[in-house]
Amino acid sequence: MQDYQTQKPTVLEILNTHQAMPGNLLPILHGIQDTLGYIPPAAVVDIAKALNLSQAEVHGVISFYHYFRETPPGEHTIRICRAESCQAMNGKALETHVKQQLGIDFHETTADGIFSLEPVYCLGNCACSPSITIDDEVMGRVTTEKFDRLLATYKGAK
Amino acid sequence: MTRVFISRDSTALSLGAEQVAKALDQQASSKGLSAEIVRNGSRGLFWLEPLIEVETSQGRVAYGPVQVEDVASLLDAGLLDGKQHPLFLGNIEEIAYFKNQNRLTFARVGLTDPVNIDDYLAHDGYRGLKNALALQQTEIVKQVTDSGLRGRGGAAFPTGIKWNTVLNAPADQKYIVCNADEGDSGTFSDRMIMEGDPFVLIEGMTIAGLAVGATQGYIYLRVEYPHAKIALNQAIEAAYKNGYLGENIQNSGKTFHLEVRSGAGAYICGEETSLLESLEGKRGLVRFKPPLPAIVGLFGKPTIVNNVISLASIPVILDKGGEYYKNYGMGRSRGTLPLQLAGNIKHPGLFEVAFGMTLRELLYDYGGGSASGRPIRAVQVGGPLGAYLHEGQFDTPLDYEAFAAISAVLGHGGIVVHDDTVNMADMARYAMEFCVEESCGKCTPCRIGSTRGVEVIDRIVEGVQQDKNTVLLRDLCDTMTYGSLCAMGGMTPFPVLSALNHFPEDFGLLSAKA
Repeated sequence: MQDYQTQKPTVLEILNTHQAMPGNLLPILHGIQDTLGYIPPAAVVDIAKALNLSQAEVHGVISFYHYFRETPPGEHTIRICRAESCQAMNGKALETHVKQQLGIDFHETTADGIFSLEPVYCLGNCACSPSITIDDEVMGRVTTEKFDRLLATYKGAK
Repeated sequence: MTRVFISRDSTALSLGAEQVAKALDQQASSKGLSAEIVRNGSRGLFWLEPLIEVETSQGRVAYGPVQVEDVASLLDAGLLDGKQHPLFLGNIEEIAYFKNQNRLTFARVGLTDPVNIDDYLAHDGYRGLKNALALQQTEIVKQVTDSGLRGRGGAAFPTGIKWNTVLNAPADQKYIVCNADEGDSGTFSDRMIMEGDPFVLIEGMTIAGLAVGATQGYIYLRVEYPHAKIALNQAIEAAYKNGYLGENIQNSGKTFHLEVRSGAGAYICGEETSLLESLEGKRGLVRFKPPLPAIVGLFGKPTIVNNVISLASIPVILDKGGEYYKNYGMGRSRGTLPLQLAGNIKHPGLFEVAFGMTLRELLYDYGGGSASGRPIRAVQVGGPLGAYLHEGQFDTPLDYEAFAAISAVLGHGGIVVHDDTVNMADMARYAMEFCVEESCGKCTPCRIGSTRGVEVIDRIVEGVQQDKNTVLLRDLCDTMTYGSLCAMGGMTPFPVLSALNHFPEDFGLLSAKA
């Protein structure tokens, strides 16, 4: 894990630009995660101080939302939809296959640090289930074969 | 230059629309052909995406579904002149699936360049706002009340009444909040509007602001919709530049500011009070009601919280009048509902139609039956908190009251189809599991009831004291229905009990009728 001291200027900069915004905690957390890939636990102290909140309040918000993470993600984050529409189109079989191929469960990162795996409940792509995302790219009608091809592309790109 | 349309809609992109657009651009220019590629919204006929539409002297003609490897043969066949090809579909608006819809809210989606304000204006855009600027606040609200519009997020509360409450609440600051946290599985109509015609939402929110005297609006957008965020921000920027947002809108002296805020993957934030907490920078814990958000809403101020489709339906109502909108529909369900066909269905897509069509017509005449070709066994309408319907209920008209009469909901209009391989005990268990995952934790029936629900269903399926445990499950559902603070715990029993009542054999029960 990176030393927080090297990340701190980024965090302070984000806090600074959001100072006047009403209801700014979520935008700040998004800003930090978009830039650093996660919210370093040590940043909670600075966020709490800047917003005049307790550290518990800030931590409570981070842990409430599934999207925020406090550990560095892999190079690519794969999200698999677990919701009903995808289940109706063999989503569960895809989920099992993906976990096997990557050798990890949800909320884990592969040993080589390339892929993190997260569940997601609906990507709004229900007309072409089952769906996954790799980073910001949505993919529809993902069969196990299609997933293997996608995985090879992303590994190849590395 | 020939205009060619290839969608920027997420679902089209998920099937390769971006690659098709790039291939077309490269191959056309290397052949010396001139084509201007417009990235439009989707027509919503998703089995035909990626779709290419070409503007010809005989009107727009479509080709689809197109893959990158088809591009060369399409160009050779004379795509840019609308010539024949095995993927030729003709005018997409003549296909029954499209032709038989009543596209009021979705009138422009797929037709125009979503982020081009001139294109929006050329297709009747901002006519509603123009009318609204000439009306008194009470007159704007009256049009909305007269239209019979009810909240399209799922609760179906009359929009005009909500607006009237905010109008009459005295305050130095009021807010318009758009609930764009479309988390129900099987729904994507909000996303399609935001990606395919973001100006209609911006216009609707601006009219809402004028109507109740709110000068600030927020769109609370789920983080799972990155493409919608891009389109919304591009459109908001264009609206500011052209005097449709900001101070002194169209020289009227009126002000309305608008900003997009991202959610963070919490389903519960689609519940309006949880959403407000989240917008204020807190955990998305549900608030007690009363006070209603219309009186004490965002930052303690009177706030309209409306769904994307409700707000996007406002411009047509103000343009053509409340009566015009009201003439569509049946009973107390007035206007149109953009239905979304999803899951195991041959022809998935967006189908905006007046209330009153039966589920069977939609599933078979337009949906074409299941994608797998197997019989349709169960259909979940209204998202993860909606009831499962069996074949014997497919003749129910799509109408709020008709659905309520069979202990079901229309919700946000999402329809998820399952074929006969589905195990309904698994789906009931999943409904409880989803509630465990997404409960905000504030009230006990939802927080603890859902966990106990998973356990009790497991015991029934394992054959442990089935009679006793079935009674216990029903009792638990009763507690959740009547004891939960909001619809999360309060409606989870819908899918659970409908699965138990209609498909007891999947639970290993001969009959579950208590």
